[in-house]
Amino acid sequence: MSTDGVDNSRRRFLTAATSVVGVVGTVGLAIPFISSMNPSARAKAAGAPVEVDISKLEPGGMVTVEWRGKPVWVVRRTEENMKDLQGLADKLADPNSETTQQPEYAKNLHRSRSDTANVIVMVGICTHLGCSPKYRPEMAPADLGADWKGGFFCPCHGSTFDLAGRVFSGVPAPTNLVVPPHIYLSKSVILVGKDGGAA
Amino acid sequence: MKKIIVAFLMSMLPVLVLAAGDGMHNDKVDIDLNNKASLQNGAKLFVNYCLSCHSAKAMRYNRMGKDLELSDEQVEKNLIFTADYSKKPDGEINKIGSLMEVAMQTRDAKQWFGTKIPDLSVVSRSRGADWLYTYLRTFYIDESRPFGVNNQRFPSVGMPHVMWELEGLKKPVYENQKGADGKDHKVIAGYETVVPGKMSKVEFDDAMRDLVNYMVYMGEPALLERKTIGVWVMLFLVLFFFVSYAMKKEFWKDIH
Amino acid sequence: MDKLIALLGWVDDRFPLSKMWKEHLSEYYAPKNFNFWYFFGSLAILVFVLQIVTGIVLTMYYKPDAEMAFFSVEYIMRDVNWGWFIRYMHSTGASAFFLVVYLHMFRGLMYGSYKKPRELLWIFGVLIYLALMAEAFFGYLLPWGQMSYWGAQVIVNLFAAIPFGIGEPLSEWLRGDFVISDATLNRFFAFHVIALPFVLAALVVVHILALHETGSNNPDGIEIKKNKGPDGIPLDGIPFHPYYTVKDIVGVVVFLMFFFAVVFFAPEMGGYFIEHANFEQADPLKTPAHIAPVWYFTPFYAMLRAVPNMFGSQFPGVAVMGAAIIVLFFLPWIDRSPIKSIRYRGTCFKVALGAFVVSFIVLGWLGTQPVSDLLTLMAQIFTTVYFLYFVALWVIPKYEKTKPVPERLTS
Repeated sequence: MSTDGVDNSRRRFLTAATSVVGVVGTVGLAIPFISSMNPSARAKAAGAPVEVDISKLEPGGMVTVEWRGKPVWVVRRTEENMKDLQGLADKLADPNSETTQQPEYAKNLHRSRSDTANVIVMVGICTHLGCSPKYRPEMAPADLGADWKGGFFCPCHGSTFDLAGRVFSGVPAPTNLVVPPHIYLSKSVILVGKDGGAA
Repeated sequence: MKKIIVAFLMSMLPVLVLAAGDGMHNDKVDIDLNNKASLQNGAKLFVNYCLSCHSAKAMRYNRMGKDLELSDEQVEKNLIFTADYSKKPDGEINKIGSLMEVAMQTRDAKQWFGTKIPDLSVVSRSRGADWLYTYLRTFYIDESRPFGVNNQRFPSVGMPHVMWELEGLKKPVYENQKGADGKDHKVIAGYETVVPGKMSKVEFDDAMRDLVNYMVYMGEPALLERKTIGVWVMLFLVLFFFVSYAMKKEFWKDIH
Repeated sequence: MDKLIALLGWVDDRFPLSKMWKEHLSEYYAPKNFNFWYFFGSLAILVFVLQIVTGIVLTMYYKPDAEMAFFSVEYIMRDVNWGWFIRYMHSTGASAFFLVVYLHMFRGLMYGSYKKPRELLWIFGVLIYLALMAEAFFGYLLPWGQMSYWGAQVIVNLFAAIPFGIGEPLSEWLRGDFVISDATLNRFFAFHVIALPFVLAALVVVHILALHETGSNNPDGIEIKKNKGPDGIPLDGIPFHPYYTVKDIVGVVVFLMFFFAVVFFAPEMGGYFIEHANFEQADPLKTPAHIAPVWYFTPFYAMLRAVPNMFGSQFPGVAVMGAAIIVLFFLPWIDRSPIKSIRYRGTCFKVALGAFVVSFIVLGWLGTQPVSDLLTLMAQIFTTVYFLYFVALWVIPKYEKTKPVPERLTS
């Protein structure tokens, strides 16, 4: 074996060329493996949007549906509930929904679509550690105090949210309840999980 | 040494013949997975005639739509039925993302047909396209069978002639043929129409070709995609070969 | 750059990284005359890695439950992104693994790579072959098709043929049930995914360590360590890296051309790589017309069927089949010739080896066919030829007209 007369620049070029092609091939081969870990067609079908019929939903009532394995609450708030929302601002951690826990069309006082403002759609999972809070629409119950104007109470660590899903200050939960993308197929049917775009 | 390799490879070739087993040959069917119109017609026949008893529970409606170039609305309107028999086994109606399941319970099927009704998702890969094409076109009148029909490709089959309205009903014409044992055997030489159907023989053959075409598609939806990607992979490897071989030759100049 | 060198120094103070690099790659001296037959060792490693990586993804979606297994495979083929590609690589990889391993073993037979001082290397290799056969057998049950089920049924029943009251309890213990069932499927899954891959990996490591201890053989069968230069390096040796790393890359590319041609254009391979009957879900009440193992087991299957029932038992057939594999372990001591390579051995040896290869291939074909009197006779003849090879190896060296073995490597 002899290494005299070695054309080093040719060797470097060929090594580089082979390496480049090799890396391209390896990346090309890796892509299917990585992509295979993305949600499969079955997962996507199971995570498909869910229809909710609210024609029989009374003011003060709540209906729960399952979407992507999570509970989704649809609450029709009373007129009094809607009025009470304004006065709570100084007790809330994020009264104006600055943190993006909702789509653009729900970034308002009542955290719902404007033409059906009294109906709110929220994911029923506490933003602290994932328990599902209890619906407490009654006024001033014994355990929640005289100032309670209706909302949600999480039994795990005591976080509280108002009837727009906004989190109170001084509780473990850091952010407002998530509002999922949703759209009204008609006055009485909401499709949860799909936007269709503008508010 | 090279001769041994060649002999080895050549000995593999004749072994690629699959025995038909019972001696009956299958009619050849022309499969063309690029013919979307044929696949769409086949899909229509499949959901209308097959899906009430057979399931195809590995196939998703929306995948079928995408591959057959049908919109979600077209699939929902024409190919998904909300009738009881085409609901899912748990009673839920089929949606665009659903699998092509069928409501008929296994217990009921055993009672009504005497056997489990096979799922058809990959039947084209276990039986083969030619077998299916032959099977669908060789139902004939046989009063001794529970549903009044028998099948030349699959004797004593438990399935009724679901598409009898399209094909009509026919009876076999027998002839004597010398078997391997030297004795005479009665074999089916052809058929004679007893009740004409809505389609002529040519029309029915074409329809069955579309149906089998669809079932071949359904057996492996990724087939066309894999062949397309394969061409690119081969080209890439040829490029890789040239550059890596040049590198090898360059380094091996050192060795004498 | 200096930082890298410093980092390397830090690692080397704590772990023999550079030492291993030198010992096994840049200063591992291999004979310079490796030919076509020397690609298959590195290809075997490649296929092993491929099977593991594709296997990991398959395990994310496959369900080892008798009710769900079959359709979970179809779920992978359709619903999982690129699932069909990963599945086909795994099924093609299984057949490719055996093809590569058979060619790798044939190289050993041709060039006497099993002879002193490489007996242990050979033994580790035969152990790898055994473990590979078990791995493939366990893996084949997993799709839970008709052939999966009934093939497993037949093979486990072979164990039932073992006499002296051992057979039945042993089969039940293997199956975890009275017939192949969900219990069997789940444990075969455990063996296939975890147990045997670890065993295989360990065996491959010791196989390579044993190789590097003695150094590689070569097509001339000459020990290159006998002729060292003043620097202690074999005169006919070249460092594995860069020469054989660069050559093996070309080997890999050519192999991948064949491999991906099958994956993308003929993954079923006419029913030999993925059998047609396996597209039918397993049915314990319905036996398929022809039960045949996958092609890489068919030579042994033919031997099994060739031996008639004796004393009312299938066991002699099982014993012959077992002997055909066990005899391989003893090859280094059966072949008494001191000459390693076919290049310098007599015509008798070449004929014997040729007959052995032909018998293996013909037996393989016979294993795919349904039984008949003529074919059974053929299987008996070729099984005899197979075993006669080992007899020939024992006898030939006494009478062989060999050629003089050169001191230095030819090409």
